[in-house]
Amino acid sequence: MPSLLFEQGAPGRGSTFVASPGAPTRYLDASLLRSDLPMPDLAEIEVARHFTELSHRNFSVDTNFYPLGSCTMKYNPKLNEAVAGFPGFTDLHPFAPDSGAQGALHLLWDMERSLSALFGMTEFSLMPAAGAHGEITAMLMAKKYFAQTGQGARDVCLVPDTAHGTNPASAAMVGYRVVSIPSTIRGRTDVAALKRKLDGSTAVCMMTNPNTLGLFEDDIIDITKAVHAAGGLMYYDGANANAIVGLVRPGDMGFDLLHLNLHKTFSVPHGGGGPGSGPVGANAKLAKYLPKPVVVRNDDGSFALDWERASSIGPVRAFWSHFLAIVRAYAYIIVHGEEGLRRNSQLAVLNANYVRAKIKDVLIVPYDDFCRHEFVCSAETLKKETGVRALDLAKGLLDAGIHAPTMYWPHVVPECLMIEPTETETREMLDNFSATIHVLVKQAHDDPASMAELPLHTPVRRVDEAQVGRQANKGIGLRWQPK
Amino acid sequence: MYTPHTDDEIRAMLAEIGAPSLEALSSPPRGLEIKESLGLPPALPEAEAYSHLKALAGKNDAARKVSFLGAGAYRHYQPPAVPWFAMRSEFLTAYTPYQAEASQGSLQAIFEWQTYVCLLTGMDVSNASLYDGATALVEGVIMAMHANGCKRVVVSQAVHPMYRAVLATYATGMGLEVIDLPYDAAGVTDLEGGADLARGASCVVVQSPNFFGCIEDVDAASKLAHDNDALSVCVTAEALSLAVLKTPRECGADIALGEAQSFGLPVGYGGPYVGFIASTKEHVRRLPGRLVGETTDVDGRRAFVLTLQGREQHIRRELATSNICTNQALCALIATVYLATVGATGLRAIATTNLRRARELSDALTSITGFSRAFGTPFFNEFCLRTPVPAEQLARALERRGILAGLPLSRFYPELTHHLLICATELTTPDDIRHLNSALAEETSRAVAAV
Amino acid sequence: MAQPADRLYTKEHEWVKIDGTNAVVGITDYAQSSLGDIVYVEMPRPGVAVERGKPVGVVESVKAVSDIYAPVSGTIVEVNAAVEEDQTKVNSDPYGDGWLVKLKLADADKTGLMDAVAYEELVKSL
Repeated sequence: MPSLLFEQGAPGRGSTFVASPGAPTRYLDASLLRSDLPMPDLAEIEVARHFTELSHRNFSVDTNFYPLGSCTMKYNPKLNEAVAGFPGFTDLHPFAPDSGAQGALHLLWDMERSLSALFGMTEFSLMPAAGAHGEITAMLMAKKYFAQTGQGARDVCLVPDTAHGTNPASAAMVGYRVVSIPSTIRGRTDVAALKRKLDGSTAVCMMTNPNTLGLFEDDIIDITKAVHAAGGLMYYDGANANAIVGLVRPGDMGFDLLHLNLHKTFSVPHGGGGPGSGPVGANAKLAKYLPKPVVVRNDDGSFALDWERASSIGPVRAFWSHFLAIVRAYAYIIVHGEEGLRRNSQLAVLNANYVRAKIKDVLIVPYDDFCRHEFVCSAETLKKETGVRALDLAKGLLDAGIHAPTMYWPHVVPECLMIEPTETETREMLDNFSATIHVLVKQAHDDPASMAELPLHTPVRRVDEAQVGRQANKGIGLRWQPK
Repeated sequence: MYTPHTDDEIRAMLAEIGAPSLEALSSPPRGLEIKESLGLPPALPEAEAYSHLKALAGKNDAARKVSFLGAGAYRHYQPPAVPWFAMRSEFLTAYTPYQAEASQGSLQAIFEWQTYVCLLTGMDVSNASLYDGATALVEGVIMAMHANGCKRVVVSQAVHPMYRAVLATYATGMGLEVIDLPYDAAGVTDLEGGADLARGASCVVVQSPNFFGCIEDVDAASKLAHDNDALSVCVTAEALSLAVLKTPRECGADIALGEAQSFGLPVGYGGPYVGFIASTKEHVRRLPGRLVGETTDVDGRRAFVLTLQGREQHIRRELATSNICTNQALCALIATVYLATVGATGLRAIATTNLRRARELSDALTSITGFSRAFGTPFFNEFCLRTPVPAEQLARALERRGILAGLPLSRFYPELTHHLLICATELTTPDDIRHLNSALAEETSRAVAAV
Repeated sequence: MAQPADRLYTKEHEWVKIDGTNAVVGITDYAQSSLGDIVYVEMPRPGVAVERGKPVGVVESVKAVSDIYAPVSGTIVEVNAAVEEDQTKVNSDPYGDGWLVKLKLADADKTGLMDAVAYEELVKSL
């Protein structure tokens, strides 16, 4: 079992890495300096073994199948890694003069143009660091738009009950009251219920399409028309964009603002929880509120950062973008082109429907229609019959080397599993997954008590979350402590 | 191929699904289909895409020039061991560690990052990372607001201007009042002059070293905050300084936050970087984002797991402490591997070399007629040079000679027209300094003669 | 666990045991069971006035956070320090050692409160 870095090393195992410059007291008065630096000194071999061993205790796309709904765990091409590592990109300082950054600016401009075309928007900002960051950026833009058009009193944000938690959290951060819209038994947003909630206080309606149940919101035009008639704005959560790239555009559906997750749809690796990139797109009415600076092309064909954006909400990061993440997404786009991107979306939808067809006889799929890039199934019946829950099935999957799907969300489906295979999985892997689900469901019927013991073969088994939660609330157990 | 499907496979899969075609499954309702070409360039075969990107990278001349730019993004040595281990596929292509059994690698690494942040800042608890120093400032201010309910914050004008601009963006949307604390002739926050401003404030925010490179009296800032029942927030933009300077905790700060790009992350035209935030135990429940805690599994093994998720968006939704979901996990890992690789000895030596080179730079440049240090306050690796001709003009002239001499401060402080923010790190060589010295001297003579 | 008959209940799954002008408040067995292992309890401090039906604190478990609503109006007199130290008491003894706060009633208004039999019915229907 791996020890912590702080339990290893020894004084004297360290190296200076640069020529020994003497003590800091040569350059600064002792009153300004810290007395000690209680960090370990490790020999490089200790660092090597430590992190290599840690890497063996992880699932990853390169080692495991991750059917995580709404996460789009598709393969991360290594070409993207190579190009993102070019010194011409990594060594470029953000305050480099525009004239010395023409390659980077050209790339960003191309990216911005491509995204605008793909999603039917007038302009994009590439500044936000992640999807949630893009969301709050868009909320800030909406707020400014209403303030400037004398409608600052609008303070309600409509969010379907199937929405991702970041949606209401982002809305609340800018002071919007969040009103939840129910779904119908068909799994779509209840249009009548939504229309009843529209009034002069409506600011934004946040939706994703397809929704988190993997179903296309057929009434989307009706919805966007109604929200616009009430004076509100439509915001598109791009988390499920993998179902639509090259097939349909949020701009054409009537959305005014959107964010994308480059670390989902555009193959940028998840990194264990970031960094991502969350570009925000806006239509003609709202583009002027985008964060600044933006990248522009001058008449002479050169590229520049444009800070002269009088109506901009301002910057949302210290610097211009998650550039090295965007390089990866850009490489993905230019390798596939429009046709390739469209085909990827289609195959993502194919793979999801294939898995759905193969497991719906053992796990209830509440909605009759074909799904898009993801679908939801429920272990509720299994739970009633055997006591075995979605969580237990998920742990069983881990033993088979398959990461659990997204679980317990959306809340409208009890004991739910949200499954998104993505387009990069082979048929063999999908068959393997489906077969594993059948085996686990059978085990649940044959020996329900055994399911609570799963997983058996992972580096650690089920962990005590209550113990750590109680300690953490007192500020304990969140870091290593010297004895 | 990116996608593995053969035509035969597609046919067979469609048959099992019971759908007639890919189009039938994936097309949008009538009227919404994309009707014409979107105008994207045609797909490039991989080798051509590689060349295309190589050419774009080659067009960034500034990446090859000798650079004295800092201002919130720092050129430091990246030991090759760092990307070698941190960029392993098992880390790079992993998902957020919601399933503890499948993510002990990522989780332990975050726990180690949290520990490092606490050791460096002197704080009790730290989170799993934020997007960058600027958004960390926003989150820190929100924490203070939740702690005492005040919506008024006092921020030094010597805090990084882009951090302040980001705070202003959020403040407008959140109904926050941000009061500026001016800086003085010494290039540090005028705490005495601004004492009245702190009354009724939620927190007092200073950065040290500040944007001008000057080391602030954080003890005094903390006292001002506490005298007014406000929290003391200390911002760090150059994380390497934490290796040698008195910790924010030792200076009385309640919340320490900032940017850790200096720990092994490339400047990369602005990102991705990695923000950190840490506080005293008292504020643990107000910390935004993910937290990793230590526990045991059913067999009694030590295990790590995401904890206090009740604060986060996926559970608390509109009542969450923040909306943050994806953070900067891999960047925090890079920083953790960096700190493990260099260790205390290496970090201290690197930081001290920064001190040394910056002083060699300062001595060299202030020996040119007409040049002086703008502020007498001690500095870490960055300082403000007072120039005899406008700094913008000099910077442009030096650019033409292949040197990025620093950031003219007039860009953010219109009153500071003859001020150049200049930085030296362990990568700055005596040759670089000599080169800059002679170039500056020549260009200055030329500019002065032209007047 | 049967609901003790010596107290009243709310539809938000709080209980209140009234004795003259004093009251003790906690959450029901159904609530603790739905939440799972409780890791944190936050209640208003002594001296704070609370209003019937308004959220006054939170009970947090590993997977959920639940608002606690004041079943009656009054002023907080005491918070259960033992529970703040050890939240497991709320799970193991929600009607006894797992009490949350004691308060002084502001009025005798029992709107929204139901007896053990009615609450039992409610729980059965869920």
